[in-house]
Amino acid sequence: MKDKTDILIIGGGVTGCFAARELSRYDLDITLVEKEPSLCTGTTKANTALIHAGFNADPDKLKGRLNMRGNQLYHERIQHELDVPIEWLGALVVAKEEEKLPKLEELLEKGQENGVPDLEIVKGDDIYDLEPHLADDAIAALHAPTAGIVNPFELTVALANNAAMNGADVYLEAGVEDIEDKGETKLVKTAKGDIEANIVINAAGLYADKIANMVGIDKFEITPRRGEYYLYDKQADIDVQTTVFPVPTKVSKGIVVTPTDEGNVLIGPNAEVIESVENKSTTREGLDEVLNGAQKTIPELSKRNVIKEFAGLRPAITETGDFLIEASDEVPGFINVAGIQSPGLASAPAIAEKVVGIVKEEIGGLREDPDFDPNYEGPPKFRHMSHEEQAKLVEEDKNYGQIICRCESVTKGEILEAIREPVGARTVNDIKRRVRPGSGRCQGGFCEPKVVNILSEELGIPEDEVVLESKESKLLRERTKEPLLNEEEVSDNE
Amino acid sequence: MSETVEITCISCPMGCDVELEVNEDDDIVDIDGNSCQAGIEYVKNEYRNPTRILPTTARVKGGVLPLVPVKTDEPMPKGLLDEAMEEIAKVELEAPVELGDVVIENILDTGVNIVATRDLPKK
Amino acid sequence: MNKQEYELVVVGGGPAGLAAAQEAYDQGVRDILILERDFELGGILQQCIHNGFGLHYFGEELTGPEYAQQFMENVRERGVDIKLDTMVLEVTPEKDVYAINSDDGMLYIDAEAVILAMGCRERTREAIDIPGTRPAGVYSAGTAQRYVNMEQWIPGEKVVILGSGDIGLIMARRMHLEGAEVEAVLEIMPFSGGLVRNIVQCLDDFDIPLRMQQTVTEIHGKDRLEAVTVAEVDDNMQPIPGTEYKIECDTLLLSVGLIPENELSKDAGVKMHDVTGGPIVNEGRETNIEGIFACGNVLHVHDLVDWVTEESLVAGKTAANYLQGGIDKREQEIEVNPGENVGYIVPQKITNDVEDRKLVDLYMRCKKPMEHVTINLYSGDKKLLDKNERRVEPGEMITFPVPEQMISDDMDSLKVDIVKEGE
Ligand SMILES: Cc1cc2nc3c(=O)[nH]c(=O)nc-3n(C[C@H](O)[C@H](O)[C@H](O)COP(=O)(O)OP(=O)(O)OC[C@H]3O[C@@H](n4cnc5c(N)ncnc54)[C@H](O)[C@@H]3O)c2cc1C
Ligand SMILES: Cc1cc2nc3c(=O)[nH]c(=O)nc-3n(C[C@H](O)[C@H](O)[C@H](O)COP(=O)(O)OP(=O)(O)OC[C@H]3O[C@@H](n4cnc5c(N)ncnc54)[C@H](O)[C@@H]3O)c2cc1C
Ligand code: SF4
Repeated sequence: MKDKTDILIIGGGVTGCFAARELSRYDLDITLVEKEPSLCTGTTKANTALIHAGFNADPDKLKGRLNMRGNQLYHERIQHELDVPIEWLGALVVAKEEEKLPKLEELLEKGQENGVPDLEIVKGDDIYDLEPHLADDAIAALHAPTAGIVNPFELTVALANNAAMNGADVYLEAGVEDIEDKGETKLVKTAKGDIEANIVINAAGLYADKIANMVGIDKFEITPRRGEYYLYDKQADIDVQTTVFPVPTKVSKGIVVTPTDEGNVLIGPNAEVIESVENKSTTREGLDEVLNGAQKTIPELSKRNVIKEFAGLRPAITETGDFLIEASDEVPGFINVAGIQSPGLASAPAIAEKVVGIVKEEIGGLREDPDFDPNYEGPPKFRHMSHEEQAKLVEEDKNYGQIICRCESVTKGEILEAIREPVGARTVNDIKRRVRPGSGRCQGGFCEPKVVNILSEELGIPEDEVVLESKESKLLRERTKEPLLNEEEVSDNE
Repeated sequence: MSETVEITCISCPMGCDVELEVNEDDDIVDIDGNSCQAGIEYVKNEYRNPTRILPTTARVKGGVLPLVPVKTDEPMPKGLLDEAMEEIAKVELEAPVELGDVVIENILDTGVNIVATRDLPKK
Repeated sequence: MNKQEYELVVVGGGPAGLAAAQEAYDQGVRDILILERDFELGGILQQCIHNGFGLHYFGEELTGPEYAQQFMENVRERGVDIKLDTMVLEVTPEKDVYAINSDDGMLYIDAEAVILAMGCRERTREAIDIPGTRPAGVYSAGTAQRYVNMEQWIPGEKVVILGSGDIGLIMARRMHLEGAEVEAVLEIMPFSGGLVRNIVQCLDDFDIPLRMQQTVTEIHGKDRLEAVTVAEVDDNMQPIPGTEYKIECDTLLLSVGLIPENELSKDAGVKMHDVTGGPIVNEGRETNIEGIFACGNVLHVHDLVDWVTEESLVAGKTAANYLQGGIDKREQEIEVNPGENVGYIVPQKITNDVEDRKLVDLYMRCKKPMEHVTINLYSGDKKLLDKNERRVEPGEMITFPVPEQMISDDMDSLKVDIVKEGE
């Protein structure tokens, strides 16, 4: 690991990676450190993946303003620059009772105030034209055509790789253990070594308060709020066209039903304040709440064809209920980007824009790097190609002739590509998030051993050192026969 | 003093739980719980001399797979299964292996051989 | 694109595909191609190293690999074309087959008939909805079987197995013999789906406890599995509050059912059956798409490979007839319907008029175990045939041969029920 950098970003979620990418437009030396063996293992890996239109955002709050701006930036720039699935499916907020109508009107007004374009309230058959399989007792719905969905994994990976292509350094398994404030600079101690930085950006998600504590900042505290999900098989024949919300109440935003960029249906999240920032387990009660809630808008949903259940944690600052994005008054050169709960993903481009502004102020002006290339292209997607295109791809590279994941038709070529990118994949789940083997209905039963084998060969490590996610999440224990041979030795020695 | 031993008959899907009464001299004095004649033969044998086919694997060098499946060519005494596993674990064959190849002759002096149950070509 | 033509394409080189190809050849079809995605033929049998195969078909007890090798040799001797490491990506209703491998690239095969023999896959943790964390160490039993028996890796040291079907039982013995500790086998039903023989020889022999009407209700462990919560269930399979206890383990093997793998079939327009999860077929194992046949686990999950072979020989033969000038149809289709305590019956209908046929085999599963039963075959209200069995259980397929001469032109449906003897 290098020992000096202009800017050190802590955290390889969407916030940190977006900041790294936007800062790499300038003539700066950028470094990003992430504690896990892969990017995108925090809040960014488990959320609803919506680019909210911004009608529900409080214009008085930072998160309200940044949501709108973020949505705009996705439309105007990000979707053209990065090869990342973004789809503008639109959102529907569905009212089934008369008494909910005023709230719908309120959302419309708030949205218009926020500048959300093309909002309208639809009624009767018009609702069902937009969402044919909606519960049959809907009376009105707010339609927001500028709402979208994004693939958060591919987005984060694209950002990190694009930043790396433009000169940023990304270190994985480089958890920050301590920070020494040396005035002009900060000496950041990581699991991979020490690095001295002029500016430190704290984008550590659920751990942002702990990072801030390291330099003596204790003005905020992160409280994890858990949300659980069910994800359905692509082949489940559940017809959902838009992102469907119930009308929010004071207590809850309600359960969302939405397609994902790959055409699965995702339902969730509930919201539960929990103790530990590590507790991403799903619960019987939580999952039941999610399914019951989802059935209110899309009644045909059941447990049938569920292929995955998961939970994510919102890193909330409960006192303000808002994002905290600022250069610290107490510690110069230390920038907090914390409390990035929902709509953190939708706001991410705007958060990064704001961070760039803060850095500019701190340094007193930034010089653009004339070589900055905003474009990034990920591994090809065999599954989305015509047979002719597939044929051409194999002709160019034999590895695309080997299907590793049968459910999602993922080829060895795509997996190798993911491993060989500038910020390459290192874990089974990382590969799953980037190119999808194991994301289908058999959840890796068929392909996981093959992915383990490819990782082992590419990384030059034995198969039993390949991990699922974290450093300790080893998949295999011993070679068959070893336990018996060892037993033999033990008894021989006795 | 006689003792009762319970044995599940596996000669047919009924799976009768059969009780044997055995006296001090280890003679079977009563059999109860079976639904048919075949059950009597089975439990007598299973009491006196329980045997099993042992299907497992042996290591192979240079093959298309690192293991070849093997089995005992005859049933072997049940009490020796774990010990036999340890013996088989020590073996490392050289590819190619052919179905029927004897991997261990007369394992643990049982008169039973360990044989390969598939062809395993060289890599 | 690499374009080829074949009379018959067989998708899948497991026992089903092999037997079907062999029989089609023996009936005179010469232009046959087997497409298999694995590096070798044999299908799931290559990892089923235990004995218990072949008693019906070969009259002797073989292990999975031995059984497979016999059929592999048969198709090789006949000179059937085989492409390995080749994944079939699509079969169209017009019987165009798209497949891919590294050497040929994309293959486009214009086939006159197709036999689907893709086998099945395993149900997952998600399919049975176990909440908790998502650590390493949770495997389907079949994946673990492949690791232990073929790839030479042991997934873990302290094992809990959920599901007492034969695969779960067999894996309990394998893990034990290879030096792992098997803490328990749990079964949510009040009875095991496995053979008594396997309960005795895989569990009792090694003092591995089998706990009925219990299931895993939560998974623990951040990185690697650390423990599972187990609870007793009531007769509706719902966990009973207060009965929970924890078992520490680093590995959970799930043996919770198999599902026919029919993604290709669906894309080809083949109609599926709700209960079997496989195509709806006639007695020749032909689907609703003329010239597309299905056999083996892709059609319905078999417990015994011998029945897979029997069924696949039928499919191979009918495919040959189809290619050699067509199959005569009966004037009236006969529906085959499950009655009391019958879960499903394959074939779902009898439609062909075949001269030299003596028997039509019906394959079925009962819904719940029962002792001393009579299996009755009806046409309308008229009883045609019955047979007695000492015991039936859902885990074991029941075969019921119907003599051809009993099937008459005026029938439009058959029904089978399973009732207590004498009722
Ligand atoms: C249930 C749920 C639903 C949501 N739905 C939406 C939605 O639909 N739309 C939307 O816009 N937003 C949504 N959000 C919010 C959105 O997911 C988050 O705002 C966003 O992902 C936050 O990203 P991040 O990079 O700040 O945090 P994270 O993704 O958590 O990244 C922080 C990173 O920092 C790393 N880190 C921590 N400590 C250290 C250390 N000491 N050293 C180095 N690295 C460290 C972590 O490992 C992690 O990778 C949702 C959130 C949840 C929980
Ligand atoms: C784990 C397990 C244990 C069993 N234990 C026993 C037992 O003890 N005794 C017994 O008698 N029976 C047992 N059986 C049942 C019996 O062995 C199976 O029913 C039989 O193997 C099924 O044969 P098949 O050819 O239908 O499927 P498979 O053997 O699964 O073969 C299907 C083949 O198709 C290939 N394929 C699938 N899709 C494609 C595609 N798109 N392109 C190319 N190729 C493809 C697969 O790679 C595979 O080789 C067991 C089954 C399983 C799953
Ligand atoms: S005693 Fe007879 S009926 Fe009972 S299991 Fe044995 S063979 Fe079957």
